[in-house]
Amino acid sequence: MDIFSSLGDGFLIALSWQNLALAVLGCFLGTIMGALPGLGPSNGVAILIPLAFSLGLGPTPSLILLTSVYYGAMYGGRISSILLNIPGDEPAMMTCLDGYPMARKGLAGEALSLSGVASFVGAFFATWGLILLAPQLVKLALLFGPAEYFALFALAFATLGGVSSTNQAKSAFAAMLGLGLAMIGVDTQTGVPRMTFGEVHLYDGIDFLVAIVGLFALSEVFIFLEKRHGEAAADTSKIKVGRLMPPMSMLKQTTPTMLRSSFVGFVAGVLPGAGASLGSFLAYSLEKKMVDRNGTFGTGDPRGVAAPEAGNNAAAGGALVPMLALGVPGSGTTAVLLAVLLSLNITPGPLLFSQNPDVVWGLIAALFIANFVLLAMNIPMVGMFTRLLMVPPRVLMPFVAMVSFVGIYGISGSSFDLLLMIGFGILGWVLRKLDVPLVPIILGTLLGNTMENNLRRAVTISNGDWWTLVGSPLSITLWTVAIVGFILPIFLGRVVKSRMHARRDVEGSTSD
Amino acid sequence: MSDRIFGAVGLALALFYVWAALQIQESFLSDTVGPKTFPIIIASILGLSSLIILLRPDPEPVWPPLSRVAEIAAAVVVMVLYAEFLSTLGFVIATALAAAYLSWRLGSTVVQAVITGVGVSLCIYAVFHLLFGLSLARGPLGF
Repeated sequence: MDIFSSLGDGFLIALSWQNLALAVLGCFLGTIMGALPGLGPSNGVAILIPLAFSLGLGPTPSLILLTSVYYGAMYGGRISSILLNIPGDEPAMMTCLDGYPMARKGLAGEALSLSGVASFVGAFFATWGLILLAPQLVKLALLFGPAEYFALFALAFATLGGVSSTNQAKSAFAAMLGLGLAMIGVDTQTGVPRMTFGEVHLYDGIDFLVAIVGLFALSEVFIFLEKRHGEAAADTSKIKVGRLMPPMSMLKQTTPTMLRSSFVGFVAGVLPGAGASLGSFLAYSLEKKMVDRNGTFGTGDPRGVAAPEAGNNAAAGGALVPMLALGVPGSGTTAVLLAVLLSLNITPGPLLFSQNPDVVWGLIAALFIANFVLLAMNIPMVGMFTRLLMVPPRVLMPFVAMVSFVGIYGISGSSFDLLLMIGFGILGWVLRKLDVPLVPIILGTLLGNTMENNLRRAVTISNGDWWTLVGSPLSITLWTVAIVGFILPIFLGRVVKSRMHARRDVEGSTSD
Repeated sequence: MSDRIFGAVGLALALFYVWAALQIQESFLSDTVGPKTFPIIIASILGLSSLIILLRPDPEPVWPPLSRVAEIAAAVVVMVLYAEFLSTLGFVIATALAAAYLSWRLGSTVVQAVITGVGVSLCIYAVFHLLFGLSLARGPLGF
């Protein structure tokens, strides 16, 4: 099978000392970022991108580092959910429901290790899903012309708000704001400057890394300043972890749950606009419907811990499928990972698999390695991470802010970019207050120019006939899905969101 | 009310964007679509969604009291000063000052804040400059 030989080549790339070290480092940093309330996966990856660059890492090593952070953050989120009843990041919200009651019963160690195993199962199956599904999607994507790509981008924007969005006008606003920002700079087709107002620094366009770090990381610092959350959330004297292995009976009881949840999570991840939060929500709700006969869910049922964790980690893997195969991310964090690829001059999409197979298969092999590293880190070493919860935000947040500045300064060395980043930080804070999602802005700045180029190419090819945009069955299908995906949340959104956000925290807008 | 103001600002932004798009100089060698069309499409959707936000506002968000807003404004000023003086003061000194300020405002005592500031600065310098060789702003003292 050529899949296995490609995968073997991937392992040869991923198993170099440098890449292994990066995977371990990424897993470690990712788990910390996931565990600490206030730093989610998108934030974590965003802060580290500029650094990966400034350090001059090649495409495969940078991707290995950053996807390990991504997987790690998905694992780490559960730690504070279980111990403190505060989700470390949004996908871990559902884990609070049964994880915290388990910890209250004195089963914290079991809950942590069980959820570690569930995360492993979810991520492991999702990585296989990625291997099997992505090449099929690539075959489909080869049929795409410029008009279909334009429709696909429209679909990504229309569905990115997701079914949990309540105000589609605000999602649309955010997407257009992002696209509008992408227009700034010299037009790639005719060479005329646009929206630059004579400012030379803007001729190159706004670097999307500046926008990402400002919107995600700096706005988080402002949120903490606003609330003056300076003290650590954890009072460690109260945390008792206990034994660190789940009993075999518990594993046996939860195995079917994990398998079902991995499947549900993976599907949710692949679908555009769903992301890990929805994956864990669907997995939990489905399990509750299927196996909760005695009404034990919500009171510390181990299956209620395993389901959302397997679901969100599987969704994290699933979200990589459209990102790699089509170049259209399915969630916030994968949008940030897309930024990594674009800044490394790698265009994701069908050609990635034939032109840069080393990147794709090296990455996939790295995901497997990261998964085992994370399992090892998260079961025996979980005690160390619980201690990290003691780091108070009054130390952590200045560190985050300064690392953001260093990263951006490291890329360009200009203080204009730093000022721009501060501006994005303020914008991010205001928009989060107004409940405007930030992810569409990022996606807009990332995809804006490609989207426009496809539109112009399509219309030029057909000699100025705009109907070419809906000229093939494929593009009509894509437009239909886009429109349905945009309208559906207007009716469904409130229901899903109110259920999902029964215990929301301040991280609403940087959701993934 | 917030959403109505937000919608109005968005609408103004959309109009400004259309105006700015119309100012784009077209090259004599243009494709059929030209550089103006897509920005105008964007601006129209931007305007439309702003109008909907203006007409159907969400419930009022919880705005912090004025003192907290001032807090954020002060932090912004410190960050701007940091960006401006980074190259004159050098990385280590500027970062220590900015980090100490942020830590102080997040509730550290003065002594804790100074320790945090110096610690953060030296830690970043050691890891990113000495270990990874990233070039950071050099001050008059050489660091």
